[in-house]
Amino acid sequence: MRPLTEDETKAVFEKLANYIGKNLVHLIDRDEDDAYCFRLHKDRVYYLPLPMLHLATSVARPNLVSLGTCFGKFSKTGKFKLGITSLDWLAKYAKYKIWIKPSGELPFLYGNHVAKAHLGRITEDTPEHQGVVVYNMADVPLGFGVTARSTIDTRKLDPTGIIVFHQADVGEFLRDEDTMF
Amino acid sequence: MGRRAKNKQAPPTPLPGTVPDRSSISRRQQSKKKKAPSTANDQKTFKAQKGSLKKPLPAHRRKKVDVVDEDDSDLDQALQPGVLSEDEEETVKVKSVKKGKQAASSDDEEVEERSRPVKQLEFSDSEDDEGDDLNADGEALPLGQHAFDLDEAPSDGEEEDDLELGDEFDIGTDDEMLDDDMDEDEDEDEDEADSAFASENDDEDAEMAEEDEDEEEDGIQTNLEDDLEETYTLPAVDRGGEEEEIEHGTSLREVEQRMRWLVGVCLSKDDKMSKGVPGKSRSDHFLQLQHDIATYFGYNTFLVGKLMRLFPADEALAFFESNESPRPVTIRANTLRTRRRDLAQALINRGVTLEPIGKWSKVGLQVFESPVPIGATPEYLAGHYMLQAASSFLPVIALSPQPNERVLDMASAPGGKTTYISALLQNTGTIFANDSNKLRTKSLTANIHRMGCKNVIVCNYDAREFPKVIGGFDRVLLDAPCSGTGVISKDASVKVNKTERDFQLLAHLQKQLILCAIDSVNPNSSTGGYVVYSTCSVTVDENESVVDYALRKRPNVKLVETGLEFGVEGFKSFEGKNFHNSVSLTRRFYPHKHNMDGFFVAKFKVEKRKKATKSVIEQEHEEEEKPQLKLNDEGMIVEEEVAKFDADEDEALIEESKRKALKKKGIKITSKPKPSATKEDKKDDGQVKVPKGKKVTEKRRSKT
Repeated sequence: MRPLTEDETKAVFEKLANYIGKNLVHLIDRDEDDAYCFRLHKDRVYYLPLPMLHLATSVARPNLVSLGTCFGKFSKTGKFKLGITSLDWLAKYAKYKIWIKPSGELPFLYGNHVAKAHLGRITEDTPEHQGVVVYNMADVPLGFGVTARSTIDTRKLDPTGIIVFHQADVGEFLRDEDTMF
Repeated sequence: MGRRAKNKQAPPTPLPGTVPDRSSISRRQQSKKKKAPSTANDQKTFKAQKGSLKKPLPAHRRKKVDVVDEDDSDLDQALQPGVLSEDEEETVKVKSVKKGKQAASSDDEEVEERSRPVKQLEFSDSEDDEGDDLNADGEALPLGQHAFDLDEAPSDGEEEDDLELGDEFDIGTDDEMLDDDMDEDEDEDEDEADSAFASENDDEDAEMAEEDEDEEEDGIQTNLEDDLEETYTLPAVDRGGEEEEIEHGTSLREVEQRMRWLVGVCLSKDDKMSKGVPGKSRSDHFLQLQHDIATYFGYNTFLVGKLMRLFPADEALAFFESNESPRPVTIRANTLRTRRRDLAQALINRGVTLEPIGKWSKVGLQVFESPVPIGATPEYLAGHYMLQAASSFLPVIALSPQPNERVLDMASAPGGKTTYISALLQNTGTIFANDSNKLRTKSLTANIHRMGCKNVIVCNYDAREFPKVIGGFDRVLLDAPCSGTGVISKDASVKVNKTERDFQLLAHLQKQLILCAIDSVNPNSSTGGYVVYSTCSVTVDENESVVDYALRKRPNVKLVETGLEFGVEGFKSFEGKNFHNSVSLTRRFYPHKHNMDGFFVAKFKVEKRKKATKSVIEQEHEEEEKPQLKLNDEGMIVEEEVAKFDADEDEALIEESKRKALKKKGIKITSKPKPSATKEDKKDDGQVKVPKGKKVTEKRRSKT
């Protein structure tokens, strides 16, 4: 377990900023008694409270499996990929959101992209290629993705057109349970 | 009725003194059994036929048909194979030379049969083309299969029973007596239909024959003695208590009935209903019951014996029966993400039938029916609930962690209890979720993330390494690896693969783990200082024994109330072993009582360790039974203890050694009490031997 280097930090924050934008500050600068930090362990980035960090150092490296929340992992080439396990934090600070209808829940949970027919609501002024968090109509976060079109263009699209590219969804807990950790 | 139910007649009333047979489905059994005779005329024909039918293993039953009577009733067809089997049996018996007894007995058997014409008449009726087992197409079935006419057999028996027995029988009007009297060398178990005729091994036959004899003889005797009482025998006892892989010659139904009867016998001592087999002791009946339960439910006898002793006989049976059916599916609402009310609503909207689990839990829901897979709903994936057995709620409820505490879960995979703890902590504090199996930590981590627990550190240690890794926890939960005798309904392999060695190993491991758990707790914790030990097992040597061990080895630990409202108290003593009084504060749960998996929960409070003082050491010397004060290996030594020497004793020893040293050199030492008296003599002798020249120098030495 070690702190992130400059480059790594940059990569992570860039990715996060795509989804939560300015709210990124809330992740980094928090209250004193509620301070969190990022740590890297075996190519995975973890986000955990500071007091926990001190306790976690007593666990040896080969025996440590997970700390706090895993945000994602670095690939072999150094690219950071955000994982579904970060959904809690993303959903908390997300700027752009999209709600899908009940009919569209299951297809999304199976890993398909979101079609316009399934769209329930979308935040105004969502630009193109913007990271969004996908919710169901009961405000339960289901995953996140990237918009294919801006909000304005979405209105012009036919019902089968894709509006959000799927990136991660909670169905992965079942589909990828073997490879997740 | 069967497919050939054209000419069915009611069987005639049985002659007094015979008991009808109605239980078994197998025709052979019926034919063998002394069923109500159809006609008296056939008796003679049967006898004649019997003689003619004595051939070794007929290739095809059709041959018999030709030879046999042509009375073509369905009853006959149903019963006919019995003839053949009987013949085979006899011939086989005659062949086998294992014991001389058999030859004689086979003769006896024949004689008996002849002497009971009523029974034989059944055969004769069925003589005709019962031999051919025809399937629906009318083709002959291959050897070993029978075209059973399931409908016919029991109905016949019933009629007979009603006619004969009336109200005289308390227990079911079954053909126990008959069954016991004559064993089938064929199984009645439809699963094993193959062995019907194809008795390949002479050994088997011999064995079966042996059994037949035993049972028959006993059965015959009791039959003659008292017609009204159901006659059972104890074949396992007769066998010498050995376990037999296949119970030859008895149907599963017989075993079941005998088992229930034995439960009655073992349970009630004075009841006139259940007197047991005369001449056999109570423990014999227990042994037979053990074997019967093992046969009927599919356990190995060792495990049955172990589990049977935990309960009175009728409860034991209820326990075993409850292990056959699954417990209800339950889920736990995740209070970090939702409320039980909302979750219930959402699931009901999906069509799931559910109900709150009971008053004792605010987060549990019991699922009755679900059109959607309950482990794959969007709510599940969003982490709103966890599939968890009701019994697994209990140790966490007992632990009752408070916010901002440091908690250790020593064996946490797949994470149901850990996530529950996290929910109770409301994501404050820290949880160490440990599991010794690396592969299982994957599912543990996945569950933790899915349920939104942010305060968990997952590590992969052998749990015995705590507290070396880190200690000072406020609460520790140890859900120890166990034999799983409480969750047999989930995993039936436990029935057969547990041996005595397994229990020994597990108990040893559990004892080590519980000591590690106790040592990992910070006794000075302001809010905590508790250890909860739980297993999903019902055996005493994994539960109360381990708890008692911990109490003995760690005097600063005591048992406290678990906080669980229901459950059976733990045993204070069991089969000669006596445990600490407070063991009654632990709780046991049973599938047949509480409709949840068998479980055991114990809650300890860890207090500060006292420094060993002089008085303590004196006590140590006085009370040999409490070796715990000599705590060298457990690292609880206080320095004073080690450094303390008993000065008086030491001095005496020092004197002794000095004297011995001088004696070696041959120096005389004067003015010493008794122990040295003999030595002085020796020294004198030695002195004499020593050359005179040395005297002076030695004397000088002795002065210094």
